[in-house]
Amino acid sequence: MKLRLAHLYPRLMNIYGDRGNIICLRHRCEARGIDFKVSELEPGDTFDPAAYDIVFIGGAQDREQQAVADDLIRTKGETLRAAVEEGIVLLAVCGGYQLMGHFYRESSGRELPGLGILDIWTAHPGPEAKRFIGNVVIEWQGSTLVGFENHGGRTYVGRNAQPLGKVVTGFGNNGKDGSEGAACRNVFGTYLHGSLLPKNPVFADNLIRLALARKYPDVQLTPLDDMVEMMAHQEAVRLATRKSFLRLRD
Amino acid sequence: MVRREVAIVAAKVTGELSRRLRFGGGTALPGLVAERVDPRIVSRLALNLGGGAILVTGTNGKTTTSRMICRIVTASGKRPVGNREGSNMMRGVAAALAEASGWQGKISSPHSALGVFEVDEATLPQIATAVRPRVVLFTNLFRDQLDRYGEVETVATLWQQAVNSWPSDLTIVLNADDPSVSSLRDSARGPVLTYGLDDPSAGSGQIEHAADARWCRRCGGELTYAPVFYGHIGHWACTSCGNGRTPPDVLCSRLSSDADGIQMTIETAVGQLQVGLPLSGVYNAYNALSAVAATIALGLEKSSIEAGMSGLTAAFGRQERIPISGKQVEVILAKNPAGLNEVLRTITRDPEARDVVFLLNDRIADGRDISWIWDVDFERLQGHLRSVSASGDRAWDMALRLKYAGLSDSPTVETDTAAALRVALSRTPENGKLYVIPTYTAMLQVRNILGKWSGKGAFWESDRR
Repeated sequence: MKLRLAHLYPRLMNIYGDRGNIICLRHRCEARGIDFKVSELEPGDTFDPAAYDIVFIGGAQDREQQAVADDLIRTKGETLRAAVEEGIVLLAVCGGYQLMGHFYRESSGRELPGLGILDIWTAHPGPEAKRFIGNVVIEWQGSTLVGFENHGGRTYVGRNAQPLGKVVTGFGNNGKDGSEGAACRNVFGTYLHGSLLPKNPVFADNLIRLALARKYPDVQLTPLDDMVEMMAHQEAVRLATRKSFLRLRD
Repeated sequence: MVRREVAIVAAKVTGELSRRLRFGGGTALPGLVAERVDPRIVSRLALNLGGGAILVTGTNGKTTTSRMICRIVTASGKRPVGNREGSNMMRGVAAALAEASGWQGKISSPHSALGVFEVDEATLPQIATAVRPRVVLFTNLFRDQLDRYGEVETVATLWQQAVNSWPSDLTIVLNADDPSVSSLRDSARGPVLTYGLDDPSAGSGQIEHAADARWCRRCGGELTYAPVFYGHIGHWACTSCGNGRTPPDVLCSRLSSDADGIQMTIETAVGQLQVGLPLSGVYNAYNALSAVAATIALGLEKSSIEAGMSGLTAAFGRQERIPISGKQVEVILAKNPAGLNEVLRTITRDPEARDVVFLLNDRIADGRDISWIWDVDFERLQGHLRSVSASGDRAWDMALRLKYAGLSDSPTVETDTAAALRVALSRTPENGKLYVIPTYTAMLQVRNILGKWSGKGAFWESDRR
């Protein structure tokens, strides 16, 4: 079996350790004998929807995000949208997540258009507004996802997408409605760094399973020894939810 | 024992400071007191520094470089007044100045007093306004504690604005090989002195994943590096606008390293210097180079620089080697991707380096976000290690990173620092060497524990400048 991943803008969108998601997918595929190939697509490179099974885009600083927004719409938007219609698996984190929405409204009021692949929009409430920074735990399909968020923009989920999960601790999409991330078809957007996938192996395997299911019938993933993964997950949940102690600790 | 000594000194500083400020008896914790100190106390006391002051800022190298500068200042016959490592916010500078001052707020022999302060990147503008330094040294700018600083870009912009507001008699000393630092010359109103490395044999091949200066600050074009020495430090040039590294004023023309450390030939306007360091890694060569450039900017003599740079020892946690029961323990602080990548490079070059323990904390002084370990090229250690273990508050996250780097399917995990060190030491053979790689607050714990075990007592005391 074979999976091909397109990593969008690894040199521009790489600030918060999101590379760990690629490392994790590679490890979990190769451990099962699944051939895993990564192509790095930078500005100017076109996106061939037939060439990939999974797409990943990470977070960036504002300056890089603007450069990416232009290229995304100009050179990759149409084909990426078509691939999403076809059910391609896409994981977008933080800045990449925002760019999948309809627009990002800067604190100045200027709107950066997004791809509109996810029915979400994001607004920055102004330079004085608090940045959402800290550990996050969310409820996801009866289980938990854990990570770290660091964003100024507030994201709202429209009717044609579901929140990825419900905030247990942290801010999530906008600090108000208790939602975190968004999902629609096989597209998943989230603010969770950490990196996200290594210590959320169930979620990582879910992406692999969805991607394989498009090509191969009745795929069963061989279970892996996830002791270290689960310990990292549980410890992160414990530390994130232990609020009063965190303050004492510092 | 350690605790009591710390408490005594803390009480002395607190008492002195609080009495001078007429707060009262001085029974509050020094940190709390310092937080309440009016920033004007720093500007008032800084006026007493007859030799002026130099500030040292940047992501990596502040402590080691400040230490070198202090030694050179001492060799020149002046008296350095400096803050302690880690106390590099306004309160640390306030405490240092208060401690150096007498009860009336006068510094003893003020003519010879010269302030040498390491300064937090984001607090630089406020401290510069208060201290009014003669020289400010910028080392480098990498991603670090993004949970606190926001973005790398935020710090770059902050520096640019600060430099632009400084008077024309303030000299800035810049790393010519770091595009983010070097471009501050465009904002300077006073003299600029640059330093850089000119020995292409020290090049490392290709730019790392965690490089933070890929784009031209003038035009946004892509930067190329030939050679790159580490991170995004090297001979850079913009591919579209012609912006690029300018020949440095103080340059290292030859850099060689062996088991004992590194040897450098440095060309300056005051003549050629030979510098030897008991430290490894090209980043330490930059620390030495920047200390030389900074003290030239201060107008110190070549003979003082040579005297100050000879006989250097490692600061605690910066490659200091501690003998414990027939084994060597080497502690190297690593708190961000660029720094840790360089530490890993050091380990791969040491044939004795076979046992390593990584300690990862996520307290405020470490940065709350540990995502950065995924930006570090741990894969580089494949095939080099006999044992690898993980410790600290986020030991399991570190273990996971080590596992996914292919270093061990199940790294040893001990969240307790003392237990982790004990286990790692027990795995290190007689006469062997154990590398201990902690983040900042983990280093403070390691310092106390190894201090007791080696019988040397409290390390922080010997680390005072």
